[in-house]
Amino acid sequence: MLRPSIDLTATRPGYSMQTILSIAIDAFAYGMALFIICIGLSLTMGLMRVVNLAHGAFAMIAGYIASYAARDLGLAYAVAIFLAIIGTVIISIPLERLLYRRIYGSPQLTQVLMTIGITFCIIGITNYFFGPTLKTIPLPGSLSQPVDVGFKTIAAHRLFVMACGVIVAIGLWYLIERTDFGIKLRATVDNAAMADALGVRTQVVYAISFAIAIGLAALGGVVGAEFLPIEPYYALRYMVTFLVVVSVGGAGSIPGAVVACLLLGAVDTTGRYLMPEFGNFFFYAAVIAIVCVFPRGFLGRAQ
Amino acid sequence: MQVIAPTERLAAVPSLGKRWLRDAIGVILIIATGLAGYWLLPDNLALLTRVIAIALLVLSIDLITGYCGVATLGQAALFGAGAYAAGIACVNGVTEPLTLIAIGAVAGAAAGLLMGSVMLRAHGLAQLVLSIAIVQLFHEAANKASAYTGGSDGLAGLMVSPLFGVFEFDLWGQTAYLFGLTLLVVVITALKFVVSSPFGMLCRGIKEDPIRIRAMGAFVFPVLLKMFVISGAVAGMGGALAAISTQVVGLDSVSFELSANALVMLVLGGLGTLYGAIVGTVIFMGFEHIVSAINPFHWMTMVGALLIAVVLAAPGGLSGVFEAISGAGKDARGGRA
Repeated sequence: MLRPSIDLTATRPGYSMQTILSIAIDAFAYGMALFIICIGLSLTMGLMRVVNLAHGAFAMIAGYIASYAARDLGLAYAVAIFLAIIGTVIISIPLERLLYRRIYGSPQLTQVLMTIGITFCIIGITNYFFGPTLKTIPLPGSLSQPVDVGFKTIAAHRLFVMACGVIVAIGLWYLIERTDFGIKLRATVDNAAMADALGVRTQVVYAISFAIAIGLAALGGVVGAEFLPIEPYYALRYMVTFLVVVSVGGAGSIPGAVVACLLLGAVDTTGRYLMPEFGNFFFYAAVIAIVCVFPRGFLGRAQ
Repeated sequence: MQVIAPTERLAAVPSLGKRWLRDAIGVILIIATGLAGYWLLPDNLALLTRVIAIALLVLSIDLITGYCGVATLGQAALFGAGAYAAGIACVNGVTEPLTLIAIGAVAGAAAGLLMGSVMLRAHGLAQLVLSIAIVQLFHEAANKASAYTGGSDGLAGLMVSPLFGVFEFDLWGQTAYLFGLTLLVVVITALKFVVSSPFGMLCRGIKEDPIRIRAMGAFVFPVLLKMFVISGAVAGMGGALAAISTQVVGLDSVSFELSANALVMLVLGGLGTLYGAIVGTVIFMGFEHIVSAINPFHWMTMVGALLIAVVLAAPGGLSGVFEAISGAGKDARGGRA
């Protein structure tokens, strides 16, 4: 899941300050990449009450589009990101209208099965068109070089991911808490029938929030491709990771998602650097401990 | 998630004689189909034995998802516990097949107790996530404890002694298949008694409305935990059967993928009926065998499309469709979750 960017010989006993810093920076960047992808899922689950296991599949589609645009067509990185987001949202619109709209308010098991089905279909179709190989998204020169931030040099891409994460967090918070659309969204979530009666067009609100969630998945899939490489099984491989992060953070809560992503990103990265032979062990042990103590996640809403 | 009004009618239980007749016919049909498979597909007995082992896993999910309403995506943890327990016992000199099945059942039940006591602390989504986390932890543990489990190479070299000292587990898998078929029939007969007992009815009641059951004065947690233990024993037997018949225990027997596939089979067949679990397993694995031989990715697309179709068109699964067609739909069934 994470390719170590530091010299592994430095992780021998006697962990230096440099090692700890490197781990911290990688953990932060990884956590932010997770955050950008997962916050969309957190929105669909917390605000729209849909367990969308196909969320990762949309991030994967975006990765493929960006890879095609940047590598095969030679477009600029920013253009590739833009195309990926637009393309993924366009693909998601018919899915929302035809499939997701039928499972709003269904039991969770139904939603899980439907979205697993969608994931399987997307994996099969993606592989049919693009083949089973790993796709890279070439970084522009300005992002692939290290940057000196005073006490340490950091890969510019990691700084870029962190900045994206912070911008997404603040932007979403502003959107939900401070705009008219946010008010309508929260009203729809609290009581859809009443909001409808008061003139809020709830179907439109749902459609827009779904599009925002998918757009964020797309953004996260592209900028996080360094951490979570794009390949056909991406959707299935990280499905569990995304779901776990959202439930640990508490569905629908932006601060909760930030805390969960940073904490689980740190647990995962530290575990991988210091004890790589234990794989995901610490990650899932931490998840069980957290969910047992906070059954609704860190900052989840009471249901 | 919790609905105060019952989501569906719990129709009157059919008269005792009628129920006996139905169950007897069902069991005879399973035996007949199994024997037909034995005579018609003598070259595929290994696959058929695998189908039976997975059918036991799917039955075990049905017990807690279909009858208790607890969705799980981690049931392979119990299956794998049974498989590894039987495998390790076999490598260490306990080679009697019935003893191995019993060891698998005990290990599965113990794992079920553990899993239930963790999972039942949470509800809804958190519960689902806990089940996934548990199966992933079991996976990592089996991978790490390679001294006992063989790690990612798998636990190989299981030499099972002949059944009753007479019937060798041969290369063609005839003994293993008939052994598995007998096991399945015994288990399903026993489960028929379990689910129609007062305990089974209480489980259905909890699935419909846990608050009302609690208000009636019943304790929900111990009842569900008991079902978890029973379910673990069934899954563990399935794992032990898989270990005995293939003589290998791989890491894939404790994987999230297996859990998810088994849940898909259950939903395909229909929740809350024991026959649905078997029908779903046979159809799913039969198709998988044929289609994935052509191209595994087409298989994924097909399963996905099938899942979407089942959710949209036949929420009761295939057995629900059969019952609707045969007009028997008004008989008592747990129905969908």
